[in-house]
Amino acid sequence: MAEPFEESTLIETIDLQKHFGSLHVLRGINQQVKRGEKVVVIGPSGSGKSTFLRCLNLLEEPTGGTILFEGADITAKHTDINRVRRKMGMVFQQFNLFPHMTVLQNMVLAPVRLKVMPRPEAEEKAMGLLTRIGLKEKADQYPRALSGGQQQRIAILRALNMNPDIMLFDEPTSALDPEMVGEVLDLMRQLVNDGMTMVVVTHEMGFAREVGDRILFMDEGLIVEEAPPAQLFAAPRKERTQRFLEKVL
Amino acid sequence: MGFLEQLSRDFQNNIIAGDRYMMLLRGLGTTLLIALCAAIIGIVLGSVIALMRLSNFRLGKRFYPFRAISSFYVDVIRGTPMVVQLMIMYYIILAASSLSKEVIAIISFGLNSAAYTSEIVRGGILAVDKGQSEAGRSLGLSASQTMLLVVLPQSVRIVIPSLFNEFIMLLKETSVVGFIGLMDLTKAGDFIRSRTYAAFFPLLSVAVIYFVIVSILTRVFARIERGLRKGDGRTI
Repeated sequence: MAEPFEESTLIETIDLQKHFGSLHVLRGINQQVKRGEKVVVIGPSGSGKSTFLRCLNLLEEPTGGTILFEGADITAKHTDINRVRRKMGMVFQQFNLFPHMTVLQNMVLAPVRLKVMPRPEAEEKAMGLLTRIGLKEKADQYPRALSGGQQQRIAILRALNMNPDIMLFDEPTSALDPEMVGEVLDLMRQLVNDGMTMVVVTHEMGFAREVGDRILFMDEGLIVEEAPPAQLFAAPRKERTQRFLEKVL
Repeated sequence: MGFLEQLSRDFQNNIIAGDRYMMLLRGLGTTLLIALCAAIIGIVLGSVIALMRLSNFRLGKRFYPFRAISSFYVDVIRGTPMVVQLMIMYYIILAASSLSKEVIAIISFGLNSAAYTSEIVRGGILAVDKGQSEAGRSLGLSASQTMLLVVLPQSVRIVIPSLFNEFIMLLKETSVVGFIGLMDLTKAGDFIRSRTYAAFFPLLSVAVIYFVIVSILTRVFARIERGLRKGDGRTI
Protein backbone atom coordinates (compact mmCIF):
# COMPACT_ATOMS: atom_id res chain seq x y z
CA MET A 1 0.00 0.00 0.00
CA ALA A 2 1.22 3.47 -0.80
CA GLU A 3 2.11 5.91 1.93
CA PRO A 4 -0.53 8.61 2.35
CA PHE A 5 0.66 11.48 0.23
CA GLU A 6 -0.06 14.27 2.67
CA GLU A 7 1.64 14.16 6.01
CA SER A 8 -0.85 15.19 8.66
CA THR A 9 -0.02 17.86 11.19
CA LEU A 10 -0.34 16.66 14.76
CA ILE A 11 0.49 19.82 16.62
CA GLU A 12 0.87 23.38 15.47
CA THR A 13 1.79 26.57 17.30
CA ILE A 14 0.90 29.95 15.89
CA ASP A 15 2.73 32.99 17.26
CA LEU A 16 3.19 31.27 20.64
CA GLN A 17 4.09 33.76 23.36
CA LYS A 18 5.00 33.35 27.01
CA HIS A 19 5.73 36.03 29.57
CA PHE A 20 6.88 35.39 33.11
CA GLY A 21 6.06 38.75 34.61
CA SER A 22 8.18 41.21 32.67
CA LEU A 23 10.32 38.40 31.23
CA HIS A 24 9.47 37.60 27.63
CA VAL A 25 10.42 33.93 27.36
CA LEU A 26 8.75 32.91 24.10
CA ARG A 27 8.58 35.59 21.43
CA GLY A 28 6.34 34.08 18.83
CA ILE A 29 6.96 30.46 17.90
CA ASN A 30 5.40 29.15 14.70
CA GLN A 31 5.91 25.44 14.37
CA GLN A 32 4.25 22.33 13.04
CA VAL A 33 4.96 18.80 14.11
CA LYS A 34 3.82 16.13 11.68
CA ARG A 35 2.55 12.75 12.74
CA GLY A 36 5.54 10.44 13.21
CA GLU A 37 8.03 13.28 13.08
CA LYS A 38 10.93 13.54 15.54
CA VAL A 39 11.69 17.13 16.41
CA VAL A 40 14.68 17.90 18.59
CA VAL A 41 14.99 21.27 20.28
CA ILE A 42 18.46 22.48 21.23
CA GLY A 43 19.78 25.77 22.49
CA PRO A 44 21.56 27.43 25.39
CA SER A 45 19.95 27.32 28.83
CA GLY A 46 17.43 30.08 29.28
CA SER A 47 16.63 30.07 25.59
CA GLY A 48 13.01 29.05 26.26
CA LYS A 49 13.19 25.51 24.89
CA SER A 50 11.77 23.85 28.02
CA THR A 51 9.08 26.52 28.27
CA PHE A 52 8.17 25.89 24.63
CA LEU A 53 7.83 22.17 25.33
CA ARG A 54 5.82 22.73 28.51
CA CYS A 55 3.46 25.03 26.64
CA LEU A 56 2.59 22.26 24.22
CA ASN A 57 0.59 20.41 26.89
CA LEU A 58 -0.24 23.61 28.75
CA LEU A 59 1.83 22.83 31.83
CA GLU A 60 2.80 26.41 31.17
CA GLU A 61 -0.08 28.55 30.06
CA PRO A 62 0.89 30.58 27.01
CA THR A 63 0.25 34.30 27.34
CA GLY A 64 -0.38 34.67 23.64
CA GLY A 65 -0.82 32.78 20.41
CA THR A 66 -2.57 29.54 19.59
CA ILE A 67 -1.80 25.84 19.86
CA LEU A 68 -3.64 23.40 17.63
CA PHE A 69 -3.55 19.74 18.58
CA GLU A 70 -5.09 17.33 16.10
CA GLY A 71 -6.77 20.33 14.55
CA ALA A 72 -8.41 21.63 17.72
CA ASP A 73 -7.42 24.86 19.43
CA ILE A 74 -6.35 23.70 22.90
CA THR A 75 -5.72 27.25 24.12
CA ALA A 76 -9.43 28.01 23.70
CA LYS A 77 -11.39 28.59 26.90
CA HIS A 78 -13.76 25.63 26.62
CA THR A 79 -11.02 23.05 25.97
CA ASP A 80 -10.93 20.10 28.35
CA ILE A 81 -7.17 20.11 28.78
CA ASN A 82 -7.17 16.91 30.85
CA ARG A 83 -8.62 15.07 27.88
CA VAL A 84 -6.00 16.53 25.56
CA ARG A 85 -3.14 15.62 27.90
CA ARG A 86 -4.09 11.94 27.80
CA LYS A 87 -2.86 11.98 24.24
CA MET A 88 0.40 13.72 25.09
CA GLY A 89 2.92 11.82 27.14
CA MET A 90 5.52 13.83 28.98
CA VAL A 91 8.89 12.86 30.43
CA PHE A 92 10.62 15.14 32.92
CA GLN A 93 14.23 15.79 33.76
CA GLN A 94 13.66 14.66 37.35
CA PHE A 95 11.61 11.55 36.40
CA ASN A 96 8.82 12.49 38.85
CA LEU A 97 7.72 8.95 39.53
CA PHE A 98 5.23 8.80 42.39
CA PRO A 99 7.33 7.64 45.36
CA HIS A 100 4.39 6.25 47.34
CA MET A 101 3.42 3.82 44.58
CA THR A 102 5.10 0.79 43.14
CA VAL A 103 6.34 0.77 39.58
CA LEU A 104 3.22 -1.02 38.40
CA GLN A 105 0.92 1.32 40.36
CA ASN A 106 2.71 4.29 38.82
CA MET A 107 2.04 2.90 35.37
CA VAL A 108 -1.63 1.98 35.75
CA LEU A 109 -2.81 4.92 37.87
CA ALA A 110 -3.78 7.27 35.05
CA PRO A 111 -5.11 4.75 32.48
CA VAL A 112 -7.33 3.13 35.11
CA ARG A 113 -8.52 6.29 36.86
CA LEU A 114 -9.23 8.00 33.55
CA LYS A 115 -10.99 4.89 32.25
CA VAL A 116 -8.71 4.64 29.24
CA MET A 117 -8.65 0.91 29.86
CA PRO A 118 -9.78 -1.48 32.60
CA ARG A 119 -7.26 -2.40 35.28
CA PRO A 120 -6.40 -5.90 34.04
CA GLU A 121 -5.69 -4.57 30.58
CA ALA A 122 -3.62 -1.66 31.94
CA GLU A 123 -1.60 -4.04 34.09
CA GLU A 124 -1.07 -6.45 31.26
CA LYS A 125 0.10 -3.66 28.98
CA ALA A 126 2.39 -2.31 31.71
CA MET A 127 3.92 -5.73 32.33
CA GLY A 128 4.44 -6.11 28.59
CA LEU A 129 6.30 -2.81 28.42
CA LEU A 130 8.38 -3.66 31.50
CA THR A 131 9.28 -7.02 30.02
CA ARG A 132 10.36 -5.33 26.83
CA ILE A 133 12.95 -3.21 28.69
CA GLY A 134 13.97 -6.05 30.99
CA LEU A 135 12.55 -4.58 34.19
CA LYS A 136 9.65 -6.96 34.69
CA GLU A 137 10.95 -8.03 38.09
CA LYS A 138 10.84 -4.40 39.30
CA ALA A 139 7.06 -4.14 38.92
CA ASP A 140 6.34 -4.36 42.64
CA GLN A 141 9.26 -2.26 43.82
CA TYR A 142 9.12 1.36 44.86
CA PRO A 143 10.94 3.96 42.73
CA ARG A 144 13.54 4.73 45.43
CA ALA A 145 14.86 1.18 45.04
CA LEU A 146 15.73 1.85 41.40
CA SER A 147 18.64 3.60 39.74
CA GLY A 148 18.09 6.93 38.00
CA GLY A 149 18.24 5.29 34.60
CA GLN A 150 15.67 2.69 35.59
CA GLN A 151 13.42 5.37 37.08
CA GLN A 152 13.55 7.45 33.93
CA ARG A 153 12.84 4.47 31.69
CA ILE A 154 9.84 3.60 33.85
CA ALA A 155 8.70 7.23 33.70
CA ILE A 156 8.75 6.86 29.92
CA LEU A 157 6.73 3.64 30.13
CA ARG A 158 4.26 5.29 32.49
CA ALA A 159 3.56 7.89 29.80
CA LEU A 160 3.42 5.22 27.08
CA ASN A 161 0.88 3.20 29.03
CA MET A 162 -1.68 5.90 28.20
CA ASN A 163 -1.28 5.18 24.46
CA PRO A 164 -0.27 8.77 23.67
CA ASP A 165 -0.14 10.18 20.16
CA ILE A 166 2.95 12.23 20.94
CA MET A 167 5.73 12.11 23.50
CA LEU A 168 7.32 15.24 24.93
CA PHE A 169 10.77 14.88 26.48
CA ASP A 170 12.11 17.64 28.71
CA GLU A 171 15.86 17.05 29.00
CA PRO A 172 15.28 13.41 29.91
CA THR A 173 18.95 12.56 30.48
CA SER A 174 20.18 15.75 32.15
CA ALA A 175 19.71 14.50 35.71
CA LEU A 176 21.31 11.12 35.09
CA ASP A 177 24.75 9.82 35.93
CA PRO A 178 26.71 9.51 32.69
CA GLU A 179 26.69 5.71 32.71
CA MET A 180 22.89 5.69 32.74
CA VAL A 181 22.31 8.04 29.84
CA GLY A 182 22.77 5.25 27.29
CA GLU A 183 19.96 3.03 28.54
CA VAL A 184 17.46 5.90 28.45
CA LEU A 185 18.52 6.96 24.95
CA ASP A 186 18.24 3.32 23.84
CA LEU A 187 14.63 3.22 24.97
CA MET A 188 13.96 6.49 23.18
CA ARG A 189 15.48 5.00 20.03
CA GLN A 190 13.01 2.15 20.31
CA LEU A 191 10.17 4.67 20.36
CA VAL A 192 11.68 6.30 17.30
CA ASN A 193 11.65 2.94 15.53
CA ASP A 194 8.05 2.38 16.58
CA GLY A 195 7.15 5.57 14.74
CA MET A 196 6.16 7.60 17.80
CA THR A 197 5.84 11.35 17.25
CA MET A 198 8.37 12.99 19.52
CA VAL A 199 9.46 16.44 20.59
CA VAL A 200 12.71 16.24 22.52
CA VAL A 201 14.50 19.00 24.38
CA THR A 202 18.01 17.78 24.96
CA HIS A 203 21.69 18.55 25.29
CA GLU A 204 22.63 15.20 23.76
CA MET A 205 23.85 16.43 20.38
CA GLY A 206 24.80 12.95 19.19
CA PHE A 207 21.29 11.71 19.87
CA ALA A 208 19.78 14.77 18.22
CA ARG A 209 21.82 14.22 15.09
CA GLU A 210 21.03 10.52 15.02
CA VAL A 211 17.26 10.46 15.49
CA GLY A 212 16.02 13.97 14.72
CA ASP A 213 14.07 14.54 11.51
CA ARG A 214 14.37 18.23 12.20
CA ILE A 215 16.44 20.22 14.66
CA LEU A 216 15.18 23.49 16.10
CA PHE A 217 17.84 25.79 17.47
CA MET A 218 16.33 28.21 20.00
CA ASP A 219 17.82 31.30 21.51
CA GLU A 220 16.23 34.16 23.45
CA GLY A 221 12.71 32.91 22.96
CA LEU A 222 12.88 32.46 19.23
CA ILE A 223 13.62 29.65 16.85
CA VAL A 224 16.76 30.98 15.28
CA GLU A 225 17.30 28.18 12.81
CA GLU A 226 15.65 24.92 11.87
CA ALA A 227 16.96 22.26 9.52
CA PRO A 228 17.50 18.53 9.17
CA PRO A 229 20.36 17.47 11.45
CA ALA A 230 22.84 16.80 8.67
CA GLN A 231 22.49 20.37 7.51
CA LEU A 232 22.20 22.10 10.85
CA PHE A 233 25.15 20.40 12.48
CA ALA A 234 27.42 20.43 9.41
CA ALA A 235 26.58 23.80 7.94
CA PRO A 236 24.62 26.08 10.28
CA ARG A 237 23.59 29.23 8.47
CA LYS A 238 23.11 31.56 11.40
CA GLU A 239 26.01 32.94 13.34
CA ARG A 240 24.34 32.28 16.71
CA THR A 241 23.85 28.64 15.81
CA GLN A 242 27.49 28.37 14.81
CA ARG A 243 28.66 29.89 18.09
CA PHE A 244 26.47 27.54 20.11
CA LEU A 245 27.55 24.45 18.22
CA GLU A 246 31.22 25.38 18.52
CA LYS A 247 30.78 25.35 22.29
CA VAL A 248 28.88 22.10 22.64
CA LEU A 249 30.34 19.88 19.95
CA MET B 1 3.71 14.41 114.21
CA GLY B 2 6.31 13.71 111.54
CA PHE B 3 6.39 15.24 108.10
CA LEU B 4 5.71 11.94 106.35
CA GLU B 5 2.74 11.26 108.57
CA GLN B 6 1.31 14.68 107.71
CA LEU B 7 1.89 14.01 104.04
CA SER B 8 0.12 10.70 104.18
CA ARG B 9 -2.87 12.22 105.94
CA ASP B 10 -3.12 15.00 103.37
CA PHE B 11 -3.03 12.45 100.60
CA GLN B 12 -5.75 10.47 102.36
CA ASN B 13 -7.93 13.57 102.76
CA ASN B 14 -7.45 15.01 99.30
CA ILE B 15 -7.32 12.01 97.04
CA ILE B 16 -8.80 8.95 98.72
CA ALA B 17 -11.52 10.33 100.96
CA GLY B 18 -14.94 10.65 99.36
CA ASP B 19 -13.60 8.81 96.29
CA ARG B 20 -11.98 12.03 95.16
CA TYR B 21 -9.65 10.12 92.84
CA MET B 22 -12.75 9.05 90.94
CA MET B 23 -13.51 12.69 90.37
CA LEU B 24 -10.06 13.18 88.89
CA LEU B 25 -10.46 10.12 86.66
CA ARG B 26 -13.87 11.24 85.43
CA GLY B 27 -12.33 14.65 84.74
CA LEU B 28 -9.59 12.96 82.79
CA GLY B 29 -12.25 11.15 80.77
CA THR B 30 -13.87 14.47 79.88
CA THR B 31 -10.50 15.95 78.96
CA LEU B 32 -9.66 13.04 76.66
CA LEU B 33 -13.13 12.99 75.10
CA ILE B 34 -13.03 16.68 74.24
CA ALA B 35 -9.47 16.55 72.92
CA LEU B 36 -10.07 13.47 70.79
CA CYS B 37 -13.32 14.63 69.20
CA ALA B 38 -11.93 18.14 68.66
CA ALA B 39 -8.84 16.69 67.00
CA ILE B 40 -11.00 14.79 64.52
CA ILE B 41 -12.96 17.93 63.66
CA GLY B 42 -9.67 19.81 63.48
CA ILE B 43 -8.11 17.42 60.98
CA VAL B 44 -11.13 17.21 58.70
CA LEU B 45 -11.96 20.91 58.77
CA GLY B 46 -8.29 21.88 58.81
CA SER B 47 -7.68 19.93 55.60
CA VAL B 48 -10.65 21.63 53.95
CA ILE B 49 -9.35 25.04 55.01
CA ALA B 50 -5.87 24.18 53.75
CA LEU B 51 -7.26 23.22 50.34
CA MET B 52 -9.29 26.43 50.29
CA ARG B 53 -6.17 28.46 51.03
CA LEU B 54 -4.41 26.82 48.10
CA SER B 55 -7.40 27.04 45.77
CA ASN B 56 -6.94 28.76 42.43
CA PHE B 57 -10.63 29.51 42.01
CA ARG B 58 -10.86 33.13 41.01
CA LEU B 59 -13.56 35.73 40.58
CA GLY B 60 -12.60 38.53 38.24
CA LYS B 61 -8.97 39.42 37.81
CA ARG B 62 -7.46 38.67 41.18
CA PHE B 63 -10.08 37.91 43.81
CA TYR B 64 -9.73 34.40 45.23
CA PRO B 65 -12.85 33.94 47.40
CA PHE B 66 -11.80 30.63 49.00
CA ARG B 67 -8.38 31.97 49.88
CA ALA B 68 -9.90 35.11 51.35
CA ILE B 69 -12.44 33.27 53.52
CA SER B 70 -9.96 30.72 54.80
CA SER B 71 -7.18 33.14 55.61
CA PHE B 72 -9.65 35.41 57.38
CA TYR B 73 -10.78 32.43 59.45
CA VAL B 74 -7.24 31.44 60.38
CA ASP B 75 -6.38 35.04 61.28
CA VAL B 76 -9.41 35.41 63.56
CA ILE B 77 -8.82 32.12 65.36
CA ARG B 78 -5.10 32.68 65.79
CA GLY B 79 -5.62 36.28 66.80
CA THR B 80 -7.91 35.63 69.77
CA PRO B 81 -7.41 33.56 72.94
CA MET B 82 -8.93 30.10 73.09
CA VAL B 83 -10.79 30.85 76.35
CA VAL B 84 -12.45 33.86 74.79
CA GLN B 85 -13.54 31.78 71.79
CA LEU B 86 -14.90 29.12 74.11
CA MET B 87 -16.92 31.63 76.13
CA ILE B 88 -18.22 33.40 73.04
CA MET B 89 -19.37 30.04 71.71
CA TYR B 90 -21.06 29.10 75.00
CA TYR B 91 -22.52 32.41 76.10
CA ILE B 92 -23.32 33.98 72.73
CA ILE B 93 -23.30 31.86 69.60
CA LEU B 94 -24.73 28.64 71.03
CA ALA B 95 -26.38 30.22 74.08
CA ALA B 96 -29.86 29.41 72.80
CA SER B 97 -28.99 25.90 71.72
CA SER B 98 -29.80 22.80 73.70
CA LEU B 99 -26.35 21.30 73.11
CA SER B 100 -24.51 19.93 76.12
CA LYS B 101 -21.45 21.69 77.44
CA GLU B 102 -19.28 18.84 76.24
CA VAL B 103 -20.52 19.23 72.68
CA ILE B 104 -20.04 22.99 72.78
CA ALA B 105 -16.49 22.51 74.06
CA ILE B 106 -15.79 19.95 71.33
CA ILE B 107 -17.07 22.34 68.66
CA SER B 108 -15.04 25.24 70.04
CA PHE B 109 -11.81 23.31 70.32
CA GLY B 110 -12.41 21.64 66.96
CA LEU B 111 -12.86 25.00 65.24
CA ASN B 112 -9.77 26.32 66.97
CA SER B 113 -7.62 23.32 66.20
CA ALA B 114 -8.74 23.41 62.55
CA ALA B 115 -7.06 26.78 62.07
CA TYR B 116 -3.72 25.52 63.34
CA THR B 117 -4.08 22.16 61.59
CA SER B 118 -4.83 23.91 58.30
CA GLU B 119 -1.46 25.65 58.46
CA ILE B 120 0.25 22.31 59.09
CA VAL B 121 -1.58 20.62 56.23
CA ARG B 122 -0.94 23.55 53.90
CA GLY B 123 2.76 23.32 54.65
CA GLY B 124 2.66 19.58 54.01
CA ILE B 125 1.01 20.04 50.63
CA LEU B 126 3.49 22.74 49.61
CA ALA B 127 6.38 20.54 50.71
CA VAL B 128 5.58 17.94 48.06
CA ASP B 129 7.76 18.56 45.02
CA LYS B 130 6.03 20.51 42.25
CA GLY B 131 7.18 17.89 39.75
CA GLN B 132 4.79 15.43 41.38
CA SER B 133 1.67 17.42 40.54
CA GLU B 134 3.08 18.23 37.10
CA ALA B 135 3.55 14.53 36.45
CA GLY B 136 -0.01 13.85 37.56
CA ARG B 137 -1.47 16.62 35.42
CA SER B 138 0.66 15.66 32.40
CA LEU B 139 -0.91 12.20 32.50
CA GLY B 140 -4.33 13.80 32.18
CA LEU B 141 -5.42 13.57 35.81
CA SER B 142 -7.54 16.52 36.91
CA ALA B 143 -6.33 18.94 39.55
CA SER B 144 -8.43 17.28 42.24
CA GLN B 145 -7.45 13.75 41.21
CA THR B 146 -3.80 14.81 41.30
CA MET B 147 -4.27 16.31 44.75
CA LEU B 148 -6.09 13.27 46.09
CA LEU B 149 -4.04 10.48 44.51
CA VAL B 150 -0.59 11.99 44.16
CA VAL B 151 0.02 14.94 46.48
CA LEU B 152 -2.02 14.28 49.64
CA PRO B 153 -0.73 10.73 50.24
CA GLN B 154 2.77 12.17 50.26
CA SER B 155 1.78 15.12 52.47
CA VAL B 156 0.38 12.80 55.13
CA ARG B 157 3.82 11.45 55.94
CA ILE B 158 5.21 14.95 56.13
CA VAL B 159 2.55 16.38 58.43
CA ILE B 160 2.08 13.52 60.88
CA PRO B 161 4.77 14.60 63.39
CA SER B 162 3.32 18.13 63.48
CA LEU B 163 -0.22 16.81 63.81
CA PHE B 164 0.81 14.71 66.80
CA ASN B 165 2.37 17.79 68.33
CA GLU B 166 -0.80 19.77 67.69
CA PHE B 167 -2.82 17.05 69.46
CA ILE B 168 -0.65 17.29 72.56
CA MET B 169 -1.07 21.07 72.62
CA LEU B 170 -4.80 20.64 72.17
CA LEU B 171 -5.02 18.13 75.00
CA LYS B 172 -3.43 20.56 77.42
CA GLU B 173 -5.36 23.52 76.08
CA THR B 174 -8.65 21.87 77.01
CA SER B 175 -7.77 22.68 80.65
CA VAL B 176 -9.71 25.93 80.23
CA VAL B 177 -13.13 24.26 79.79
CA GLY B 178 -13.78 24.96 83.46
CA PHE B 179 -14.66 28.46 82.28
CA ILE B 180 -17.97 27.16 80.97
CA GLY B 181 -18.48 24.94 84.00
CA LEU B 182 -17.25 21.62 82.63
CA MET B 183 -15.62 19.25 85.07
CA ASP B 184 -12.46 18.24 83.23
CA LEU B 185 -9.26 17.06 84.87
CA THR B 186 -8.08 20.57 85.78
CA LYS B 187 -11.45 21.67 87.10
CA ALA B 188 -11.74 18.48 89.16
CA GLY B 189 -8.43 19.20 90.87
CA ASP B 190 -9.46 22.77 91.50
CA PHE B 191 -12.80 21.61 92.89
CA ILE B 192 -11.09 19.31 95.38
CA ARG B 193 -8.79 22.14 96.42
CA SER B 194 -11.78 24.36 97.11
CA ARG B 195 -13.27 21.68 99.35
CA THR B 196 -10.22 20.61 101.32
CA TYR B 197 -8.47 23.97 101.40
CA ALA B 198 -5.25 22.17 100.50
CA ALA B 199 -3.75 22.91 97.11
CA PHE B 200 -0.73 20.66 97.10
CA PHE B 201 -2.11 17.18 96.37
CA PRO B 202 -5.05 18.06 94.13
CA LEU B 203 -3.07 20.31 91.83
CA LEU B 204 0.06 18.19 91.81
CA SER B 205 -2.02 15.13 90.98
CA VAL B 206 -3.55 16.98 88.07
CA ALA B 207 -0.11 17.96 86.78
CA VAL B 208 1.23 14.42 87.17
CA ILE B 209 -1.74 12.93 85.31
CA TYR B 210 -1.31 15.34 82.38
CA PHE B 211 2.39 14.59 82.33
CA VAL B 212 1.89 10.82 82.31
CA ILE B 213 -0.73 10.98 79.55
CA VAL B 214 1.45 13.21 77.38
CA SER B 215 4.48 10.97 77.99
CA ILE B 216 2.54 7.90 76.93
CA LEU B 217 1.24 9.69 73.82
CA THR B 218 4.72 10.91 72.93
CA ARG B 219 6.02 7.38 73.06
CA VAL B 220 3.16 5.95 71.02
CA PHE B 221 3.52 8.71 68.42
CA ALA B 222 7.27 8.22 68.18
CA ARG B 223 6.71 4.54 67.48
CA ILE B 224 4.16 5.29 64.76
CA GLU B 225 6.51 7.83 63.17
CA ARG B 226 9.33 5.29 63.15
CA GLY B 227 7.03 2.84 61.43
CA LEU B 228 6.12 5.40 58.80
CA ARG B 229 9.76 6.25 58.16
CA LYS B 230 10.77 2.64 57.80
CA GLY B 231 9.82 2.50 54.13
CA ASP B 232 11.67 5.74 53.49
CA GLY B 233 15.13 4.31 53.28
CA ARG B 234 16.26 6.84 55.89
CA THR B 235 18.40 5.76 58.80
CA ILE B 236 17.34 8.40 61.31
